[in-house]
Amino acid sequence: MKDKKTYVGIIATGAVIGLIAVALVVLGNPKNMGFCIACFLRDIAGSTKLHTAPIVQYFRPEIVGLVIGAMAMALIGKEFSPKGGSAPVTRFFLGAFVMIGALVFLGCPLRMVLRIGGGDLNAVVGLIGFAAGILVGIFFLNKGFSLKRTYKLPVSEAFVFPAGLVLLFALFLIVPSLFVFSESGPGSMHAPVIIALIAGLVVGALCQKSRMCMVAGIRDLVLFKDWKLLLGFVTIIIAALIGNLVTGNFNLGFAGQPVAHSVHLWNFMGMLIVGFGSVLLGGCPLRQLILTGEGNTDSAVTVLGYIAGAAFAHNFSLAGSAASADSIGGPSINGKVAVIIGLVVMLAIAALNTAKARKDA
Amino acid sequence: MAEKQIVDARGLSCPQPVLMTKKAVEKGGKSYEVIVDNGTAKENVTRFAQNAGFQVKVTEDGDDYHLTLSK
Repeated sequence: MKDKKTYVGIIATGAVIGLIAVALVVLGNPKNMGFCIACFLRDIAGSTKLHTAPIVQYFRPEIVGLVIGAMAMALIGKEFSPKGGSAPVTRFFLGAFVMIGALVFLGCPLRMVLRIGGGDLNAVVGLIGFAAGILVGIFFLNKGFSLKRTYKLPVSEAFVFPAGLVLLFALFLIVPSLFVFSESGPGSMHAPVIIALIAGLVVGALCQKSRMCMVAGIRDLVLFKDWKLLLGFVTIIIAALIGNLVTGNFNLGFAGQPVAHSVHLWNFMGMLIVGFGSVLLGGCPLRQLILTGEGNTDSAVTVLGYIAGAAFAHNFSLAGSAASADSIGGPSINGKVAVIIGLVVMLAIAALNTAKARKDA
Repeated sequence: MAEKQIVDARGLSCPQPVLMTKKAVEKGGKSYEVIVDNGTAKENVTRFAQNAGFQVKVTEDGDDYHLTLSK
């Protein structure tokens, strides 16, 4: 009986995410970007001038909603639990490289799923890379990889990141002149603030309850033959597909896709390090935001790593550029080198924390 | 009667508690006690153990969950 409830919860969450994502696009967000944790954190980094790429600067209320929605649900369900201390600096750097991989591909795993639901076949190439990266991560998990345990922390520590985020959001509402906002490009496209905030709150609360995670779906199926989280993943695709068909935003193919490029190798490689790094971190970028709301400060540090990675991605010209009429887009040589460095760093972190696990055992 | 084996996965996040349980169960015992300290791990270990044919009884002890697995 309880099992049934679990599956209903994850399927309902997936359906709501997919449909809200489509609605946010109709209300102004860039296409296939109802939600994108990587893009939104990158936009926030831009709006606070941590980078100065003019087309990707906006303070995305969805992010605030996701963290606070998860926190509210965790508090209600008595699952709010301040903890941390599991290799925070390692997590910061893993987060930074996951972000760089995501921005080479142009989307986090959640946007990858939404892009597939919009008919973008480049995202299927990304999915193959993502799955390959997860398999590499699983190899190390099976060998004993661990970033070691967390410890209980004071409640105040768990509130620091969400409070800081809310403070910034309040500044954005009260003193918007402190921030920069794109006048063109994806950063200039957004749903109304209040709707974006509510969408984030709803999805954050549902994801906390259902444990939705893009990376754990494939991971748990391979490791334990457990389908639960993959059901959520598939439901998002189906819901987004239906929503896009209804709203006329479905467009099957590789060419002419919104905020995407068709350089297959680097769509594959970008998502490979996202998958690999996310397995080492224990969850996808969406899940890290939710865990931050639950009081996990290691996840908060990971999110800070994402933001730093996003700033570097644009300051060092690492991010992929979207295809346009006169360019096939894709990452620059800088971006390709950064992905390779990211892969080497992840392999080193995985190997070092696996070797240590063996010695300690 | 075989002795109950203890798997202490406190402080660890999924998938590690499930992996530790899986490794322990693969050795072929009939009775285990798995200790975890978060709701996600409790649910995931429970689901895994039930799929592996165990009966699971959960007791709460402060912040920890003690999962008793038996066949």
